Amino acid sequence: MHEIEMLINGRSYSGLAEARMTLADFLRHSLGLTGTHLGCEHGVCGACTVLVDGASVRSCLMLAVQAKGAIVETVEGLAATDGKLSPLQQAFQDTHGLQCGYCTPGMLMTIVELLRENAQPSEAQIRDAISGNICRCTGYQSIVEAVLLATGGKSAGRMSE
Amino acid sequence: MKPPPFEYFCPATLDEAIGLLSERENAKVLAGGQSLMAMLNLRYVFPDVLVDINNLHDLASIDVTAERIRIGAMTRQRKIEVDAALFARAPIFRSALKLVGHRQTRNRGTIGGSLCHLDPASELPLLALLLDAVVEAAGPSGRRRIPARDFIAGFMMPGIAADEIVTAIEFSPWADTHTFGFNEFARRHGDFAIASSAVHIERDSSLVIQRAAIAIGGIGSVPQRHFAGEKLLVGTSGDAGAIAAVVEACDQLEVIGDFHGGPEYRLSVARTMLRRSLHSALPGPNRPVAA
Amino acid sequence: MTGHDSQKPAVPAALSVGRAVPRLEDPKLLRGQGQYLDDIALPGLLECAFLRSSAAHAKIDDLDVEEARAMPGVHAVLILADLMPKLTSGRMPLGASPTGGQSNSTPFVLSNSEVAYVGEPIAMVVADTRYLAEDAAARVKVAYTPLPVVTDARAGMSADAPTVRTELESNVLNSFNVGFGDVESAFANAAHVFSDDLWQHRGCGHSMEGRGVVAEVRPGDELCVWSSTQMPHDLYYMLQSMLGLDQDRLRVITPDVGGGFGPKYCLYPEEVAVPAAARLLGRNLKWVEDRRETFISSIQERDQYWTVEVAVDANARLLGIRGRLVHDQGAYAPKPVNLPYNSATAMSGPYMLPSYSMDVVIVHTNKVPVSSVRGAGYPQAAFAMERTMDLIAFKLGLDRAEVRRRNLIPPEKMPYTKKLKARSGAAMVYDSGDYLASQAEALEAAGWKDFPDRQARALAEGRYIGIGIANAVKGTGRGPFESGIVRVGQDGKVSVYTGATAMGQGIETALAQICADGLSLPVDDVRVIAGDTARTPLGLGGFASRQLVTAGSSVHLAAKSVAAKALAAASVILDVPQADLELKDGHVRVLASNRAISLAEIARTLRGAPGYAFPAGTEPGLESAMHWRSDSLAYANACHVAEVEVTPELGQVEIKRYVALNDSGRMINPMIVKGQVEGGIVHGIGNALYELMGYDDSAQPVTTSFQEYLLVTATELPFLETILRETPSPINPIGAKGVGEAGTIPAAAAIVSAVEHALAPFKVRISQTPITPEALFRLVESSKTN
Repeated sequence: MHEIEMLINGRSYSGLAEARMTLADFLRHSLGLTGTHLGCEHGVCGACTVLVDGASVRSCLMLAVQAKGAIVETVEGLAATDGKLSPLQQAFQDTHGLQCGYCTPGMLMTIVELLRENAQPSEAQIRDAISGNICRCTGYQSIVEAVLLATGGKSAGRMSE
Repeated sequence: MKPPPFEYFCPATLDEAIGLLSERENAKVLAGGQSLMAMLNLRYVFPDVLVDINNLHDLASIDVTAERIRIGAMTRQRKIEVDAALFARAPIFRSALKLVGHRQTRNRGTIGGSLCHLDPASELPLLALLLDAVVEAAGPSGRRRIPARDFIAGFMMPGIAADEIVTAIEFSPWADTHTFGFNEFARRHGDFAIASSAVHIERDSSLVIQRAAIAIGGIGSVPQRHFAGEKLLVGTSGDAGAIAAVVEACDQLEVIGDFHGGPEYRLSVARTMLRRSLHSALPGPNRPVAA
Repeated sequence: MTGHDSQKPAVPAALSVGRAVPRLEDPKLLRGQGQYLDDIALPGLLECAFLRSSAAHAKIDDLDVEEARAMPGVHAVLILADLMPKLTSGRMPLGASPTGGQSNSTPFVLSNSEVAYVGEPIAMVVADTRYLAEDAAARVKVAYTPLPVVTDARAGMSADAPTVRTELESNVLNSFNVGFGDVESAFANAAHVFSDDLWQHRGCGHSMEGRGVVAEVRPGDELCVWSSTQMPHDLYYMLQSMLGLDQDRLRVITPDVGGGFGPKYCLYPEEVAVPAAARLLGRNLKWVEDRRETFISSIQERDQYWTVEVAVDANARLLGIRGRLVHDQGAYAPKPVNLPYNSATAMSGPYMLPSYSMDVVIVHTNKVPVSSVRGAGYPQAAFAMERTMDLIAFKLGLDRAEVRRRNLIPPEKMPYTKKLKARSGAAMVYDSGDYLASQAEALEAAGWKDFPDRQARALAEGRYIGIGIANAVKGTGRGPFESGIVRVGQDGKVSVYTGATAMGQGIETALAQICADGLSLPVDDVRVIAGDTARTPLGLGGFASRQLVTAGSSVHLAAKSVAAKALAAASVILDVPQADLELKDGHVRVLASNRAISLAEIARTLRGAPGYAFPAGTEPGLESAMHWRSDSLAYANACHVAEVEVTPELGQVEIKRYVALNDSGRMINPMIVKGQVEGGIVHGIGNALYELMGYDDSAQPVTTSFQEYLLVTATELPFLETILRETPSPINPIGAKGVGEAGTIPAAAAIVSAVEHALAPFKVRISQTPITPEALFRLVESSKTN
């Protein structure tokens, strides 16, 4: 067993984990941070995306022990402490960027990384950024629209309404 | 889908890591983990010992000099994608890296990991082969340098011993005036390519091709150099006839099929990708440089 | 009294329905505070893993669990015999409807003598963690004797084919004819007869959250079961009988569900095995389906082989269709087999068809059992019909849209009675819709008329572009009922309880809107509680694009009833005639006066006080339970137009434009409707181009990860242009029609139509989905050599 400490969403956490435990399982089951979801456990769907030291990673493809001492950001840290949604989260609600919500935490964390580097991404850049995140519900369009809404961007597509 | 049990070590030095590999049975190196972790979760592999080399920070650097480019094995794919000095001398890396998996996997995945996983369709082994890179590996008896063509020993089989660790790749940059093309066709953005092609070209002042390298991935058991095509190209101006001949000569390459495509189909895709790469690398009056 | 969040403006109650009200479901989900099945934490919770068959068909000679049982952290390794003391039967009952179908075709809770597909559960491990459970499952030793397999339903039909299970005498589960009119004379008198063979291959539902079950043993021999299911009440009834439990000792709850898409409509062996094991061991247990298990154990659908013959008159008007439909049922039939009946009865879709005869054969194969995936038999029917329309146009040199126009049911014929019966036995009556206008509007938006010029210009540049069209109708709002209970609380806030299941489609928001309007309240004052058998006595659940129509109608009627009750009670309490009262903003107000009484106060009065007076003539409780009954379906309509560019040497298809017109009746929330349509389209695009559940010749699945089975990602899609029409349904009180499947049904047909059109210079004919790049490449190559 390994003693693992990490700073998650600005708060210090620690727990014990077998070497083989993935970061995703450690967050979810050892620390109770169940906002991060597992959709495939083989690194394709992106539902488990979190930020480790500022970089998006698939937390199913990383061992918890590898995140020892890391700064981790998860969906639970996005809203303000009073619960007010971040502009990106609010835009997701406003454009109907989620349906079942299962892929949403991974989508959000992927987009958080994108927006830190590029405050006004184009539609193509947004699609490229979320190409590693699978959503079965929305067809992605409302997610793209959410990012554009949050960043004041415009869709290149034809708006029919 | 949880990994089987294993003993885990995270050595602070390369020597320590090599020591573990040579002392312990059935030990595996964990680099970026973007393939190995999935294989562990799926229980396709059952190592007794995992040697995590993510603490070997010395192996994570890109050094660009006039004569030589050295990329440490633990350099993350994302870093290779955005490195400005590398882009200035070998811009093909950026074009290729954009097609490697997705941002989340490039943030973790390493060049050494890609080389050792050696998927026949993956981009970084293809570039190593294209650039006649030397793969540097360290083992119990010291470091040795392995030409990429020897390192690529067979289907997903890197030419190193079980107790060796790849530490870097090195290659000589081409002339600043070189041109390049990199294309691949995958089912979806970020998927492994059905076929890929990489082209490097140097021309003299009268635009005659002096030097050419062509590598084709995805269609055989390993990435392959298209030597016949290179020969056909050198000495020409890269006119339509030359390009057609080079593309035609792809039938001399090894082509195998799998679930995602039979040999005939993969060959057609490879030819199309090569044609596109040659067009990118050979801007002519009617062929503006591809963006 | 409206104490809603001050950050958000109150939604004026009267305007809620028909507006894009932000979803009530969203804030918790966006904060990562949803509670999906795997998020449920219980004291002493143990985790389960299943050992599944690695053979497609084999006799189990021996099962040795001793080594696995001895492993540290392992609490139990159970085979069927171990569970039997807690079960009334080792075999699953035929799901949902207890009529029809073969009783010996349902799966076993665990298989102990024979396995009939790769993935069939054999043993169950209970351990401290999932990691340990998987370690132990790998140590269970199974000795198999391989038996012959059936991989292709058509081969499985033949009399000398090996049987999929040794208990069967034939692989043909059922066969029947669906038909009407005089087909023989239609063909005898036809100006033209054309024929085609079509195949739609099987895909998976692949909700991002897999299935899963948690069972909690509670004092008093009680059991609480959470399942990520579309059918909590169905599970409740089934578990009562399978576990022999009193109805009061069992509660089934659906937590937040990470998508359904059909496979969670079935009840599965794991949903019995886990609760039974929990009772056996006296421990709280959890099992979560991982992705590989989804691939080999969750319901799949769409494998159908159609042979279609069509007779038309000289003007390309349909005279008759006849043919055969072979439906691959997989190894078992967990439910009565409705899909091929859906397919066969849905084929003529929005068109007028005078005669029809379709022979349906349902055949077992050694593959994962088949039931519904989004669309449930309709996408295959639409594919068969729309391919037929394209064939007629091609053969007669007519415009594809024109052939359709000549055959669409015109609006003046609505309601239109098809000479077919719905599953309920009621006549199939299309309630409303203007299919001609739908098609015209979609074509106009997509620039259909100008396309030939664009195509010619592109071809001159060596580019192959094409445009395709497909129409569809979908019978939605399947009955017989869904529950809607509206209860005003002591604080004036309203709870809506329903047997409808929330699985991401926004049903809670839509029901809250309907309720809010009925009671003249802000939407935020309404809370919807779905999928809990302890809170809602009756319910059916999520399937067939039904919940908005059925639960929505019940909630609408219940809210109206509560409003009437409030007015009646207020009239007594205030001693004012009802005619002088109105319900507004949570109060019953006396017209032309300042007097008012809040709903909260009325609710407190109607709860009763010990021995005190009660308003005369009113019933206790400010609440109403409604179960709106319907045997009819509300028919939604869609017309999709897709534009593609094909690179023949790569077999690559790029979707350049996608216009989808959708008419799902009155829209409660157009934003949700648009979202359902977009998601549905992309599922259909997956079926058209990407999603292939592959099996090899020995019935081993060859696509068991997301690297081999491809789901559409954001980069493969164009901007989707959605046009929403609104033809109210006359057959339900809210005028709504369902929307969950309507986007998926015509999508594959539209894409294939466009791809074929792009490749017109090669004269290729596409008769299957998915059409992979390699398959397309081969079609082009073989057309060159022919």
